[in-house]
Amino acid sequence: MASLDRVARSLLLTEIVSGMALTLKYFFKKKVTLNYPYERGPLGPRFKGEHALRRYPNGEERCIACKLCEAVCPAQAITIEAEPREDGSRRTTRYDIDMTRCIYCGLCEEACPVDAIVEGPNMEFAVERREELIYTKEKLLDNGDRWEPMLAERLRLDAPYR
Amino acid sequence: MAKVTIDGIEVKVPNGSSVLQACEAAGKEIPRFCYHERLSVAGNCRMCLVEVEKAPKPVASCAYPVMDGMKVFTDTPVVRNARRGVMEFLLINHPLDCPICDQGGECDLQDQAYAYGHDKSRYGEAKRAVKDKNIGPLIKTVMTRCIQCTRCVRFAAEVAGTPELGGTNRGESMEIGTYVEKALTSELSGNLIDICPVGALTSRPYAFVSRPWELRKTDGIDVLDAVGANIRIDTRGPEVLRILPRINEAVNEEWMADRGRFSFDGLKRRRLDRPWLRKDGRMVAASWAEAFGVIADKLSKTSADRIGAVAGSLADAESVLALKDLMAAYGSANLDCREDGAAIDGARPDFYRFNTTIAGIEDADALLIIGAEPRKEAPVLNARIRKRWAQGRFPVGFIGPAGIDLTYSAQHLGEGPVVISALLDGSHPFAATLKAAQKPMLILGRGAIARADGAAVLAAAWRLAAEAGMLKPDWHGFNLLHHFGGQVGSLELGFLPGQGGKDLAAMLGGGVDALWLLNADGFDPARIPASTFVIYQGHHGDAMAARADVLLPGAAYTEKDATWVNTEGRAQRSYRAIHPPGEAREDWRIIRAFSEGVGKTLAYNDLDALRARLASISPVFARIGEVAASGCADLAGPQAAMAMEAAPFRLPITDYHRADVISRASDVMAECASVYGPQQALAAE
Repeated sequence: MASLDRVARSLLLTEIVSGMALTLKYFFKKKVTLNYPYERGPLGPRFKGEHALRRYPNGEERCIACKLCEAVCPAQAITIEAEPREDGSRRTTRYDIDMTRCIYCGLCEEACPVDAIVEGPNMEFAVERREELIYTKEKLLDNGDRWEPMLAERLRLDAPYR
Repeated sequence: MAKVTIDGIEVKVPNGSSVLQACEAAGKEIPRFCYHERLSVAGNCRMCLVEVEKAPKPVASCAYPVMDGMKVFTDTPVVRNARRGVMEFLLINHPLDCPICDQGGECDLQDQAYAYGHDKSRYGEAKRAVKDKNIGPLIKTVMTRCIQCTRCVRFAAEVAGTPELGGTNRGESMEIGTYVEKALTSELSGNLIDICPVGALTSRPYAFVSRPWELRKTDGIDVLDAVGANIRIDTRGPEVLRILPRINEAVNEEWMADRGRFSFDGLKRRRLDRPWLRKDGRMVAASWAEAFGVIADKLSKTSADRIGAVAGSLADAESVLALKDLMAAYGSANLDCREDGAAIDGARPDFYRFNTTIAGIEDADALLIIGAEPRKEAPVLNARIRKRWAQGRFPVGFIGPAGIDLTYSAQHLGEGPVVISALLDGSHPFAATLKAAQKPMLILGRGAIARADGAAVLAAAWRLAAEAGMLKPDWHGFNLLHHFGGQVGSLELGFLPGQGGKDLAAMLGGGVDALWLLNADGFDPARIPASTFVIYQGHHGDAMAARADVLLPGAAYTEKDATWVNTEGRAQRSYRAIHPPGEAREDWRIIRAFSEGVGKTLAYNDLDALRARLASISPVFARIGEVAASGCADLAGPQAAMAMEAAPFRLPITDYHRADVISRASDVMAECASVYGPQQALAAE
């Protein structure tokens, strides 16, 4: 009897029909996928994406070469060299982040006493060659200039919890 | 001895010790800022408060003498509260700019605030700001950070002997400064950076360069003077970033001289990084094989007695021995290491050593300085003399140019050798002072015997030492003060003219056709005859390198594992902190490689074997870091055929900051020379 039942089910394609019915059900339901990159999901203010070096509103770079980010970086991705600038202030001459090493833990921005190095909302920085992922100070400052409104907003939203 | 109980631990300390010292003896850490073991007690930071039984208030342990049966508590609520309060007061006017402060990471205030302070500040009012002072090219000041511990004031006045720093105003307005803006004139000024517990005095050349946690630390020896100060070479990657002293009570205590500390940037400039050959009058880059080929060719065509070798003042013992063995293999006895022409007698070690030892200076009770300026020639040793002088009853006589400030009061006896004669025949009043002393000593400058009648001066000085009672079975008061770290090592190895060998003057007078110069920069290259083939092995492209026919790039003192002998005859090891640049190699390896190429292979192939040979030649190299305290049993001194001339002694180091090849290549030293140099001194007069 059981074998007869199995044969009948096979011949009548019931499994395919029930499967197709489920497909048809979802076909008419509201979509949960996003049409990336034309559509995007929400990002929290603590999202840790591409790094940026920020400036003060007057255009002065914030980074003072204290090297705390370099010290705290668990992946040792940050390299800093510094010397006195002409006006005697402490500034970096080199601020490199090896993005291929970075694990996006965000400790650098936690360590920064002047909110200079931050991880912004950008995650779309795929490149064609590895060398392009060695970020220099210019690249990071440029990132900062480009993303500043969002970076500032992000810090503002997160400030109450710090 | 007083019996003191610290937190229940019973310790015995000498009477007159402070409570702080007793706590240290018991292994209890007491936080402090103003207290320093080698300076007088000021007691003004109040950080070292402890509770003493039956005392109504916490007491400053650094200034509170122990009493027998005293009970001290270092970790009670009262003490913790007191420290927290003191720390809060100290931080009221401290800017808390640790992220931009060079002391960050090695700051006493930072560490102690972390360990003993509050976790947050309650101070919301305005902080004071103090104008920064310009105290010279070596020290950067950020006076707002100063906590007025006055360590720098006491160091300058007590150890360095240049009381140029002081405090003006009182209370909150107190400022440390030089009253009138001036550059500090001390050769020990770099120690102010170490001694400052906060970031008020930091190194100017090192400003913002690095953080302490980035640095790799290697033990080394300062060879830029003959004291052989123990140093720590801090490197990051291929660069030396700073040099700090290590503690060695017998040699440098915890000080070091400015030239050794700040001249390391010369290690990056004007370096020889590959062999060079002179072809048709011009230097062209060559490979090691080509350079060795040219030398081998030249030496094989030259008879043994026409080959000479000179070891310079910055040559390490290993390479000197290798060169000596190479010359022996060639059969040449033309060796000399006295490139300044000093009439040193190598017959007995105590003829050229600082026999009293540096620590032994503290036992002496009279001192005669002949033709030496210890302040410039060996600043750390000078600090030791000053330390002894400050204890009192230490008459110091000085023979040399008038108007020299040694940082302690020295009786100027005269300018020339005639004074030695007068002291010998007793006609000079200082002779009686020396006679009356139990442990008199004399310091003969290497400069005083680097003259035509040098041998006579040396002989007369020894005779004076013998007659004035400086040479006793338990006390050796005859001292020769050398100038650089490589000089005594070469003498210990006997790098002197052998049987029938020519000395430097004879070699330069056309006595040799081929001359191998190992780090020898101490004489004028124009003295070398044009026909002489010159092989220069060294690390800097200084004047001598320009004269050479073949240049072999060697390693500087930070770049090799080497043994150095200081002026006392104390052999000390330094380790490689960085690699030599380019194709440069450790010097003994160069000589070893060359010897193999010419079929005169030296009998050692690694450092251990070479060092075993070192130890077999002189016992000095068998006891590293130690010096045998020696009396003098044999009063027979060096002999001289000539008589002393009347010419006054001239001091050899006229420009302290440019005295060797490394500091001549250093920008920092060049700046110092322009600030402190002889021409500046003249302009100021």
